[in-house]
Amino acid sequence: MNIVLSGVGGQGIVLASKLIAKAAMNAGKRVRTAETIGMAQRGGCVVSHVRIGDSYSPIVPLGEADTLIGFEPFEAARALAYLKEGGTVVVSSRAIMPVTASLGMQTLDAEKALEFLRHNARVVVVDAQKAQELYGAKTLNMALLGAAARDNALPVGIQEIECAIRESVKPQFVKMNIKALHHKFIETKNYK
Amino acid sequence: MVMKKFLMGNEAIAHGALDAGVTFVSGYPGTPSTEVLECVAREKSADVYVEWSVNEKSALEIAAGASYSGARVMVTMKQVGLNVASDPLMSLEYIGIKGGMVIVVADDPGPISSQTEQDTRRFSQFSKVPLLDPATPEEAYEMTRDTFDISEKYRTPVIIRPTTRVSHSCADVTLRPAAAPQKGSGFVKGKEWVIFPRTSYLNHVRIAKRDVELAHEFSSYRYNTEEGEGRRAIATGGVPYLYTREALALLGQEQCKVFRVATPYPFPEAAALKFLESVDEVLIAEELDDTIEHYLIYLIGKYRLNVSVRGRADGFMPSAGELSTEIIKQKAAEFLEIKADTHEAAAPEELPVRPPVLCAGCPHRASFFAVKEAMKGRKAIFSGDIGCYTLGNAAPLDAVDTCLCMGAGITIAQGIHTIQPDSVNFAFIGDSTFFHTGIAGVVNAVYNDHDIVIVVLDNSTTAMTGHQPHPGTGRTVTGEVSEKISVYNVLSAIGVKCIKRADPLDLEAAKKAVIQAADFHGVSAVLFESPCAALFKSEKRCVVNDKCVGCRACINKLGCPAISFENSRAVIDVTLCSGCTLCTQVCPCGAIETEEA
Repeated sequence: MNIVLSGVGGQGIVLASKLIAKAAMNAGKRVRTAETIGMAQRGGCVVSHVRIGDSYSPIVPLGEADTLIGFEPFEAARALAYLKEGGTVVVSSRAIMPVTASLGMQTLDAEKALEFLRHNARVVVVDAQKAQELYGAKTLNMALLGAAARDNALPVGIQEIECAIRESVKPQFVKMNIKALHHKFIETKNYK
Repeated sequence: MVMKKFLMGNEAIAHGALDAGVTFVSGYPGTPSTEVLECVAREKSADVYVEWSVNEKSALEIAAGASYSGARVMVTMKQVGLNVASDPLMSLEYIGIKGGMVIVVADDPGPISSQTEQDTRRFSQFSKVPLLDPATPEEAYEMTRDTFDISEKYRTPVIIRPTTRVSHSCADVTLRPAAAPQKGSGFVKGKEWVIFPRTSYLNHVRIAKRDVELAHEFSSYRYNTEEGEGRRAIATGGVPYLYTREALALLGQEQCKVFRVATPYPFPEAAALKFLESVDEVLIAEELDDTIEHYLIYLIGKYRLNVSVRGRADGFMPSAGELSTEIIKQKAAEFLEIKADTHEAAAPEELPVRPPVLCAGCPHRASFFAVKEAMKGRKAIFSGDIGCYTLGNAAPLDAVDTCLCMGAGITIAQGIHTIQPDSVNFAFIGDSTFFHTGIAGVVNAVYNDHDIVIVVLDNSTTAMTGHQPHPGTGRTVTGEVSEKISVYNVLSAIGVKCIKRADPLDLEAAKKAVIQAADFHGVSAVLFESPCAALFKSEKRCVVNDKCVGCRACINKLGCPAISFENSRAVIDVTLCSGCTLCTQVCPCGAIETEEA
């Protein structure tokens, strides 16, 4: 099984991919991952690859991902080429506007990106932004993992993710992360 | 005890070295190599010494001394770091070593976060230092262990060269029982440690002979492999080997012959010759330079073989950038004359451009803004350097006119000013870069009386590579307190007569400091001191009140990623804002204020 996570640097993508990998390993599966680290991270596009089972390259080939987790609509749209026919997109509804847009150098409509996703794949749009209000700024990733696990779009269940959180996250942040993981945020599902 | 661990490629190298009995590790941070040394610092026993050295040249020389004394040593850096360390590297290969020495040099095809797409395999040929090319974290662990043995057997440093996709990918790695730490019995005096023309000739003869022996040994090295069958074959190495296997699987061509070179120098000639004699056509899949291709073409000529090569020379393969499973799949299908199903994905209409930007609250933004404001109406040129602050070149700051390599901002400013004396020439440099290779440039400026303004952006850390300590922080890699070297005192001791200190987040004071330094004739300096926003959390947040008229002065002047506009009013993202207050100082309407977070 192949999972691609895409978003903007600072959204907690690396941790989310680590938790999926950890939970799959705990279930006795072989795992490979690849991350974006370094200069590209600062406000740039970030893509993480998680491959469960036997694979050669750490990078998921285009059209081979079972699940795409989009941390914001534009980056989900950008990474859609990774998704295989019949795969699922789990995406946060709130866009992160780049500075170039705020400076008026580009006009962007996040709704168009969501529409593009709905038109081309099976999509679960999650109001994951709400997690930031309820459980803190760094919990968007947990809301998305929870939604993906409930949709059976991950190789492991929500309980396995919870165990991985307890093993990997600093003790003071475990509680809020687990709350955000289990919270059912407003979702709209679209079956293409 | 054999155990499995989920490790990043860089961590696998660290574990490989520790399990091989390394007791001395030095390096300088640089993406994608940094995590090797950090992992050693985290996992090491009390027998192991580890340090962030001031630069790569120092790191290599210090490790050479430890190796001369019999210790197993490792040095870590990114590919451009090897340029800085090239002087000791070239000579060290002639002198040789005693305790095994492994140099980790991480290459960066793309490039993803580097100045160049240089290929360390070429450096290895040039310096005659043997090199191993892992493709996965598992191989990175095993090859690191192998390199120490090769190093001691042939008395030579050995380079292990992960690329970004090895360094930053993770996999289950099987760790084998560890060898005892090799600390060495101390330095034994002898003529062999002193380099002289006569001994260098003899060493050159010895190395040439060694190359033949080692190439022969490498021909049966377990990672130099030939798999599959057929007269059409693919030759590859490193991560492209994985892309090749993946592409062949997707094409249903798993049986296709693949020759994989894991030791590009010295080249495993006997294995390569056996391979070439079994094929008619070869496709070459390699990233960065065409070193495998060159060697195979050389062998085809040397042995007068009738084999055609498809690669860079005939323009078949791309000459720059990363390879991928997709590129190799398409090229392999064409080469094998089969049909490839291409994945046709819908393309979205418009996507945001996301160049990397300075973080919200970054003190460098304030420093650049203060300099630009202070120089309004004057002709000024801004020489930048390597670090987060290279990002000051983006709109709206537009404050980096040149950037070349570590430490070059200070010296380039001197050259520009000499030819164009009517401009104020600024040289921006970060604190870690200042210690790395900045100081010699300051000495040159004072000695030759170049009228430049050095702006040290001191955020108390090496931020870009993930917050490593440096000589100005008063901490070592293991967290111990050390002598804190003062940038002010260094500048003053060199003879810089005008040094102004300021907090860049206090805009008026910062501008005043810049004007005073710019008006001084001779070498002057501004020390902007404010900690990295990603490390030190402020108690304050900026919020927009109802006085906002939507004039966009805040975003147009600062380009802060926490500021966006909704319904023609500024909105500040509380999850990004660090309360630097710079926007409150530039808002003409008093519409931004601070509150407790």
